[in-house]
Parts: sequence; structure tokens; C-alpha cells
Amino acid sequence: MELSLWTYEGPPHVGAMRVATSMKDVHYVLHAPQGDTYADLLFTMIERNNRRPPVTYTTFQARDLGGDTAGLLKDSIRDAYERFKPQALMVGESCTAELIQDQPGSLANGMGIPVPVVPLELPSYSKKENWGASESFYYLVRHVLAHESTQLAQKDETTSDASGTRRPSANLLGPTSLGFRCRDDIVEISKLLNSIGVDVNVVAPLDATTNDLRRIPEADFNISLYPETSRTLCTWLERTFKQPTIKTVPIGVNATLAFISEIEALTGIDAGDIKDKEQSRLPWYSRSVDSNYLTGKRVFVFGDGTHAITAARIARDELGFNVVGLGTFSREMAKDVRAVAKEFGLDALISDDYLEVEKHIEELHPELVLGTQMERHIAKRLGLPCAVISTPIHVQDVPARYSPQMGFEGANVIFDTWVHPLLMGLEEHLLHMFRDDFEFNDDATPSHLQGSEGGSTSKPTAPEVTEQPVMADAVAEHESAGLSAGAIVQHDAMPATGAAVAADGESHWDPDAQKELKKIPFFVRGKAKRNTENFARLRGDALITIDTLYDAKAHYAR
Amino acid sequence: MSAALQNINVTVEHGQREVFCGLTGIVWLHRKMQDAFFLVVGSRTCAHLLQSAAGVMIFSEPRFATAIMQEKDLAGLSDANEELDRIVHRLLERRPDIATLFLVGSCPSEVIKLDLGRAAERLSTAHQGRVRVLNYSGSGIETTFTEGEDACLEAMIKAAPHTDEEQLMVIGALPDIVEDQFDRLFDSTGIRVAATKVAYFPPRRAAQIPAIGPNTKFILAQPFLNATRRAMIEKGANHVPALFPFGVNGTQAWLYAAADAVGVDRADVDTATAAPIARARKALEHYKPVLEGKRLWFMPDSQLELPLARFMHEECGMQILEVGVPYLDRKTMSEELKVLPENARIVEGQDVDKQLDRLRNEAPDLTVCGLGIANPLEGEGLSTKWSIELVFSPVHGFDQAGDLAELFARPLSRRQKLSV
Repeated sequence: MELSLWTYEGPPHVGAMRVATSMKDVHYVLHAPQGDTYADLLFTMIERNNRRPPVTYTTFQARDLGGDTAGLLKDSIRDAYERFKPQALMVGESCTAELIQDQPGSLANGMGIPVPVVPLELPSYSKKENWGASESFYYLVRHVLAHESTQLAQKDETTSDASGTRRPSANLLGPTSLGFRCRDDIVEISKLLNSIGVDVNVVAPLDATTNDLRRIPEADFNISLYPETSRTLCTWLERTFKQPTIKTVPIGVNATLAFISEIEALTGIDAGDIKDKEQSRLPWYSRSVDSNYLTGKRVFVFGDGTHAITAARIARDELGFNVVGLGTFSREMAKDVRAVAKEFGLDALISDDYLEVEKHIEELHPELVLGTQMERHIAKRLGLPCAVISTPIHVQDVPARYSPQMGFEGANVIFDTWVHPLLMGLEEHLLHMFRDDFEFNDDATPSHLQGSEGGSTSKPTAPEVTEQPVMADAVAEHESAGLSAGAIVQHDAMPATGAAVAADGESHWDPDAQKELKKIPFFVRGKAKRNTENFARLRGDALITIDTLYDAKAHYAR
Repeated sequence: MSAALQNINVTVEHGQREVFCGLTGIVWLHRKMQDAFFLVVGSRTCAHLLQSAAGVMIFSEPRFATAIMQEKDLAGLSDANEELDRIVHRLLERRPDIATLFLVGSCPSEVIKLDLGRAAERLSTAHQGRVRVLNYSGSGIETTFTEGEDACLEAMIKAAPHTDEEQLMVIGALPDIVEDQFDRLFDSTGIRVAATKVAYFPPRRAAQIPAIGPNTKFILAQPFLNATRRAMIEKGANHVPALFPFGVNGTQAWLYAAADAVGVDRADVDTATAAPIARARKALEHYKPVLEGKRLWFMPDSQLELPLARFMHEECGMQILEVGVPYLDRKTMSEELKVLPENARIVEGQDVDKQLDRLRNEAPDLTVCGLGIANPLEGEGLSTKWSIELVFSPVHGFDQAGDLAELFARPLSRRQKLSV
């Protein structure tokens, strides 16, 4: 048994649901008890889907267990086929049904359903969601292709007339429902491919039909856009149809350029101007003087394998950050993440234990956390800026606006979403810095209200009025996360005071040292204080003097 | 049984159910009893359900967790028990603040017949004087949504000590603010004095399970406590049947029943409740124009459907089309069934696709349903109210009657306001 408080991934059948829900004409019959229907709300609430996931649950109960659960399953399969008339039927079981061994796959196979039937055996007690999505996608495509042997025969004809004028074509494989920004990534990458002269043959599974899957072999090559869900399938397609795979995931400016180069090498196309990195604003924004303050920011990166790896590279090479930690919750991607971490001189953190990740972040004291919704909550509690880069997601990670992660526009989106939390942090420090200045003291009237005509009616007497805009934002943000007002106060107060006693009560600040601390520029004061206290703790000093302060400064110099 | 009861039209349906399992109750129970920890013995699905139902993940260490069974736990039960012990020891080491630990059974633990009752006894002995270990099942093969609370309270009642003291117990988890309001009403009506003592169950601290005995009278505040009601009766306590305290009529009838049971004059109740009732009626008037005459549909969910249908019909003038209930306990619902609108169709159980066919056909003005169905219906142009909010928000009593009506009115007035 494994003690779990929060989990990064759901069970493997939720991965299968993501594939079924992505597709337009596939239905999934899931042998499962009634509570398992909770999974519907992931799609209808987080992603705001306006249709129910195409899933029929058998919802067996305790009293059915002594009887004929297999019969119940067969009825559900028959009813679901009759009602929804899908073009392919996935059949599987959740953790509980796995124990009663009704073998839904083989039962369904013997029922004479006239469309491809895809039996899924996804071991719930050893595997997880992304693995389940990958397997389901792979078996779905295999069964659909095997079912339509005629389509396979046609393959030779289509490739034979392909000589000469025809543009090369590619499949975009891997985007799913409840993935990270897949909806917008496929738009961005399709545009990019089109502009360099490559046709998109099939995008799957997101918004694909079963007939689309039948056309997969017609493409010249495959793009493994989300290796978590597409790698297994791409490997098989490579073997079976001799379709090469583009493996670079185009997240970040450099990766997008590498992605284009990989396609150029494969197809012989010259992408020309499209390879101009200035198509994204990120390179210039990052070189601009204003971005100087981003230099060497200590960043902790955690997510699924693909997003963690690409984020680490962007952080280091495109924003000039210092990556101090890199990890993933995905065992399947552990090898890849370890290799990249090594490049960074780091040991990768491979863990799906939320508390272990939290401990790492606490120890590393990063200035920015790039992670999942889980790390966002950790960061919030520790008062650290954070941007979400990977699943698991929440409703705010499915924005109304166009916000891809991939391609040149994706790089723009990434620049904004990573840099803004840091800017906000700077603003907050400014507030603290000027808090004691006479113009900004609690009783002062805000300068923009002084002498204004409306001043007489608005009566700006509320003491906190100077901070209102920022605090209002903070409150709104916290409220959206369901946090209490108490958490805001705590968060807000943390970097503010140069209190005489360290947070853990171990070391005390000598009054002179405290005065010296206040002379340190506001934007590094919090860190200086923390570093000094850590240093004093390391040395076992009970009293922090001016010397301790400067010894610590030398110790942590970089 | 009255004549009205026989006229109630109940259809039973079998098919796919679209409801939560009993594990979901942990989301509010762990907040109600702040010294308790809930350890689900189950699968990754259970853990995923809990965090999805809890919505936001804001606590570093919530007071609930899942012991996720692995391949090797399924191989042999003795190993599974050893593993469970190891996890509980580790958990208790980490969390010295826990006074009561609930081992919560799940579908997989029930199917492999992992005996959590014996595990609880074993662990209680091992940690004697430090923590009490109780167990119940929240599995989806045995419990539907709010039945998880029923199973939890039943387990607590079975562990309750005996008393011959006179007392009135209010059963069912209520928000603290509602308990405080009821407390004031018990004082002003004289019910507390007449009853000698009023106790709420579950208590705010799980370690303080109140004693129960033959001089205990109890009244249910929640309509899903069938096993709890039976466990109370087995302890010798006397059930006071009543309408459930939703809306003015429900709350008034509920207080009357309590007053009758402890020998307080109904006139005293009338005097003490005149002001709160007037206040509640005034609040209701506010929402009536939006609600009156509108056609309402309940999908089966929390068991609150029957009393809420009664309130929305009687006090807000809504027309009730169909009331889906996951199951119908005629004893617990006896008083509610007497006052339901005559033509309302009650459907016990569920066949969700057929139910949605009927619903689309009748196109109600408002549908109360779970989160998996709400957006799909909105997508078809049908207004919905999330049923889960009715379980998580304070909705009982006079002072919440207006809030309750507002929850139903909001989707309708929103639709009127929007022009996109």
C-alpha cells in the first residue's frame, strides 16, 4: 500500500476516458461501480465540455456481485451500441471490476458488434492515467486499422501517386482532452506546418473521427506531439508503415527551430524565413534591458516529462534563469528527465509523492516555481511566485483566450505567464519598501486622489486605500483558490519584517545587524534575511551580528 | 399510512447511475470533526475521486488520505493487513493531533473482503489511549453519496457509551452556524429546558461521542440517515419523526415535532418563532417572482430531493415535474411523502440515459443535477442548479430559507440577465 494525500495522475481508465472523450465517434463502456462516474466532472467542469463524456458505466452494486455482473456488462454494451451508434467501441474495466474478472474485452468481442471493438486491459493497481491514455490510443488505432483491411490495401495506391508535386503530409499525434493546452497547440502547430509546406493529414485523438484514424497510414511521417500519449503508437507506426517520427516537442523558441530543422531534414523542404526566431517576441523581450532582473532567478521545474524537460531548457537558455531543481511525477518519463537533469548538473526528482515535492521546494527556496496545480498550491503556501506548465490542471488552466504552449506564439505565451508572477512579486516588494515613506503612510491620501474634483465625494479615508489595487488582486486570486483571508495576511507579512527572532526561533538578530539588514535593497532583503538565518543555523550561531550577515553574503555569493 | 401516501406515484428504475459514492462525505465530515482523520483503504480511483470532489487542493496535509492498494496487496490478505498497520503507524506518528481515525472501506477493499472492522479493533488496541480507530464503508457498491455520512455516523453511534440521562439529539452534520441558530431557537422555545439537554450528532470533536440510551429522543436534521436511525433505535433511543428543516414550513414542523416530544406547548414555539418566520417569509418574497410557476426537475443525487421539492413547491410556487431519488426509505421520509405535490413523479434508482430522454422531452425550466450533467444540459439550453452546492452550503432553518430559494433563483435570473 502507498499512502497518498493528493495524486498527480488518476487511474489508467481515466486515461482511456481522455482518449474516448477526445474522439468524436467513439464510445467507451466501462465496467465500474457507481462512484466511478465522478470522472465525468473532470471533463464537464475543468474543461467545461458541453457534452457528456461518451462513457457508459455498468454501475454494478454489491447485490449484483453474487449474481450475473457479466450479464449486466453485456446488456450495457448492447444498449450503449444501440443508443450511441459509435464507429468504434472501447470496452474496459476500472479497479473494482478488475477484481471480479468478467473479462469485458473478450465478452464484447463475442457479441457481434459491427464496428471495431477495442478491448482494454489497463492494470489499475500498478499503472496510471497517462499510461492508460497511451495504451488506449495505441490499441484504438490498431483495432480500427485492423478492422478495415480494405483501407490498408489502399495505402499502396495513395503513396504510389505521391511522387513529384504533392506536399509532404504529417499526422499530429497525442493531443487529448484534459491535456495541457492541447486545443491551442494543435492550431499553432498546424499553422506552422502549413507555412513551411507540410500538410496536416490527421490530428488525433483530439477531435478526430474513426475514419480519420483510418487515414493515419497515408501520411509521410508522424509528429509525436505529446510523447506521454503518442510515443507507443508512433513506434508501432514506424515499424508497421515505415512512417518516421518527428520527436522534437516544439515548446520554446529553440525547440520550435529544432522542430522545423528536423522536418527539413526529413522532407528536404527549406523552411526559409519561417526559421527566423524573431517571429516570436520572446528572444527580444528576453534580451531587452528590462529583463536583466530575470538573470539567474532560481527556478524549480516539475511536471509531466515533456513539459518539465522543455520548461527547464526554456528557463535556462531563453530566459537566463538558474534551474535549481527538475523533476517529474511520471515514471514512464523518468529516464528522459534524468538525462536532461544530468545536463543541468542536477539529480532529477522522480516522485508522485506530493509531500516529497513540497519538501524539495522548501529546501531549495526557488524564486519561481514552474509546476502543476499541485506545485501552485505549494508555492502559494510558501509565498513563492508560480506558473503552471503541466497537468494536472484546474479550470483556470483552460483559458478562454488562445494560449498555446507550442510554436512561436506558444513562446510568447510562456514569456508572459512566467515573467508576470515575478513582476507581481517585485510590485509587492515595492509596496513594502515605500510603506514607511511619508507619502505612502497608512493615513496619507493617495496622490492620484489629491486635489481631484471627485475627491469630495469619494472620501478616501480608508487606511489601506494606497494598496487597494494590488490587494484587491491578491484577494480575488486567493478567493478563486478557495483560500481564507488568513492565508493572505500570512503570505503578505512574510517578507515584511526584519523581526528579531528567526522564524523557527533559533537565532536572534543583534539590533545593529537588523539595522544593517534594512539598508539592503528591498528586492533582495527577504532573501538576505533568510540566507543569513540559514547560515547562522548551519554554524550554530545563536546571535546574528553584522559579521554573520556579511559572512553569509560571501557564503552564498554566486 | 395515510391515503396521501398511497397516491404517491413511485417508479423504480434500474440502469446506469450517475451519482457519487459514499467516500464523498469525507469532504464535509473531516471539516465538521476537526480532530478526526479519514483513511480510505482503496485504489488510485478513490484518491482521485476525493480530490476531484474536494475541488481545490489547498491543504498541504488534509485530514484525509488514501492507502492505495498495489498489486501485491491483492495477492494475500495477511500482507494487506500488515501493510495497513504499517501505514497507520506512520500516519499516526506524523499526525499527533489525530484523536479519531476512521478506516473507510472502498469498492476494492470490500470486494477482496479486507476486514476493516477487525483492523480497527487491532489498531485501537495497538494505539490504546492515544487514538480511537473506527471503520465504515463508503464504497460505491454499497453507498450512494450522502450514505457515506450515514455509514460514518452509524459507526460512531455503535461506539457510543450508554446513558439514562434525558436528552434530545439532533442527528446529521450541519454547518456550525446552523447549529448555533437552532441552539438559540431551542432556548427561546423552551425546548432545551424541557429536554434537559440538547446534543448535536456528529459532535464537533469526534473524540466526544455523546452517550445514548432509552431516555434519548432524537430528531433527524438530514434526510439520508437510515442506518443511523436504526442504530439509534437499537441503542434504545426514540425517533421523533418530522419534516426536515428546510424552508419555513419544514423548520416550523420540525420544531413542533421536537416540542411535542419534550412536552413544550406549540404556542410557545409560535411565540418564539414569529420573528424569524416573518424574516424568512420576507426573504422568500424576494425570489418568488423568479421561481413561481417554473417547472423543476431533480436528478437523483443527495437524498435532499424530496424535502427540497416540497419546499420549492409549497413556499416558492414551483411546479415539480420529476423527483429522482437514489433510493427511498419510506420510514425516514414518512412525513415528507405526506405533503408532496400530488402530481410529482417520484423515480427511485436511475437509468440516466432514459431519464435524460424524459427530461429533454419535458424541457424543465430548471434541473437540479450533479456536476457531470450540468454543463451538458446548459449546452442544450437547459438551466441547471449544481446539487452539490445544496450539500455544502448552509441551507437548513428559517434564516437560510431565503438563501436556499436564492440558490434556485440564481440560474434563472442569470439567464434573464445574459444577452450572449
